Amino acid sequence: MNAMILRLIARRLLQAVLTLLLVSAGVFFITNLLPGDAAQTALGQAATPETVAALRLQYGLDLPAPLRYAHWLGNLLSGNPGMSLVNNVPVAQMIGGRLPASLMLAAVTALVSVPLALFLGIFSAMYRGSFFDRAVNVSAVSMVSVPEFLVATVAVMIFAVKLRWLSALSHAGDAATLGAFIKAYAMPVLTLCCVIVAQMTRMTRAAVIDQLRSSYAEMALLKGVKRTRIVLRHALPNAIGPIANAVALSLSYLLGGVIIVESIFNYPGIATLMIDAVTTRDMPLVQACSMIFCAGYLLLVLTADVLAIVSNPRLKTR
Amino acid sequence: MKALHDSTGSPAGTPASPASAPARRVRRHSTMAWIGMVIVGFWILMAILGPSISPYDATAIVDTDVFSGMSHKFLLGSDYLGRDMLSRILFGTRATIGLALAATVLASATGTAIALFAAFSGGWRDAVISRALDALISIPSKMFALMMVATFGSSMLLLVLTAAITYMPGAYRIARSLAVNVQAMEYVQAARARGEGVWYIMTVEMLPNMIRPVLADFGLRFVYVVLLLSGLSFLSLGVQPPDADWGSLVRENISGLGEGALAVIMPALAIASLTIGVNLLIDNLRSKRAAKE
Repeated sequence: MNAMILRLIARRLLQAVLTLLLVSAGVFFITNLLPGDAAQTALGQAATPETVAALRLQYGLDLPAPLRYAHWLGNLLSGNPGMSLVNNVPVAQMIGGRLPASLMLAAVTALVSVPLALFLGIFSAMYRGSFFDRAVNVSAVSMVSVPEFLVATVAVMIFAVKLRWLSALSHAGDAATLGAFIKAYAMPVLTLCCVIVAQMTRMTRAAVIDQLRSSYAEMALLKGVKRTRIVLRHALPNAIGPIANAVALSLSYLLGGVIIVESIFNYPGIATLMIDAVTTRDMPLVQACSMIFCAGYLLLVLTADVLAIVSNPRLKTR
Repeated sequence: MKALHDSTGSPAGTPASPASAPARRVRRHSTMAWIGMVIVGFWILMAILGPSISPYDATAIVDTDVFSGMSHKFLLGSDYLGRDMLSRILFGTRATIGLALAATVLASATGTAIALFAAFSGGWRDAVISRALDALISIPSKMFALMMVATFGSSMLLLVLTAAITYMPGAYRIARSLAVNVQAMEYVQAARARGEGVWYIMTVEMLPNMIRPVLADFGLRFVYVVLLLSGLSFLSLGVQPPDADWGSLVRENISGLGEGALAVIMPALAIASLTIGVNLLIDNLRSKRAAKE
């Protein structure tokens, strides 16, 4: 860790904060583009103009847009994203009830997918061109270009309908024993893993192969070092950085996949909350959920970039 | 979110197979490209002919037998109302491919046009455009689409616009990196020296020299758009009834999933065959070209 690396990381952090600020502006203005306003929606068709005007005042809708944005951002930062228009419950409370479930799903998925993907990626790089490599590669390519709900429906067909091992719906709330826990999480996690493992395997394989192409690997090969040793002792330590980068980037695909997966298995997480909010046009809830997803995404991408900076050996010598 | 593919280049960046069997490799690649072409051609044909060759009308309730399996009457089974799945899929082809194609054309065309302009102008214009579009990439694509739908509802026009805006920055990024290289070529410099107009240089000198990678990127982008739009329809936030694309067909029959109905799996398979077909086509066309060069 030297001054150069610290400076790069600091710059990257600053950039991330600025991006998040831009994204928040994007979220706010997109969701406020329509002239129809929250007060009218909340009160319905039968409201008198006076009550609508009063509620507008209460919501602060009479202020100009930039001021409302500043107000909204300040509230968001202090942990108060407003009231749900549909349920009349604080948005923070609704999200607080759902967020742990989603984080749990993400954590279990990461726990399963990362080791699996690393194993597949490193082995297919080690035996490049073999049947194993080609099989992994073809399945990874098809997995990436197939909709998540196909993976999910096929999983349900096999494990719930044909084999009757699991139930088609996830009852994550009442998982008391380990067995029940596994049963509840198996399907959503399996589906999410398929998508993420495919991505991560490809990137891990590419990172290791990149190292194997370098001159030191060729040198080792010419000296007669065994392939296993070249990969494990020579290439792998140098590929750690790119692999960590690949893991963080792939995990950001969780955020997209989780929307479909929670919906198909009726999983009580934050993605289903957001879909409901979009359906009922509950704007404060949509905004808050979007910000959570965008922040999570930026955090993962930032982690990936920082890992890449820290692990770049060229920066260590300066 | 899929826009990240661009920077990492993963879906198409398949490293070449070992050089030990070059002859076999070329043949395998062209076979794969042919398979891709046949699949894509088939679906395009179905988008054009589908409604006229389908056995029933898409909305006709043929039988009270819901979620039935394959039979002579229902070649691909029946749906939750007893409608013919094959006909529903054939009718849905147009919505699926049409909307995605419109959005992709829009995304690629505007992305490439802006990229040409940015690379040609350089300086602060390039910097401002690039930074602004980079910020747009930091919103995951599904999030952006959900926000647009929450605000504007889900008319077909809005779906096309949303998908186009979502994937335009990615197209821009690819096209710009190409255009920056082309822009430095002598023939572009010569055209500048001759005093040709901006439009002439962009369309006659630069575009033809970067069109092939741009077209390959177009194919990839089409896949992302199909997945995004069918994902939205699957969440019942995309194409609205009575219209239906393949994503909405999966959604409307989801109650049959527990009994393993064909009606759920068939439209999903249709999407998968289309996206895999396009991937096979562009992937192998590209590696064949790379092998030639």
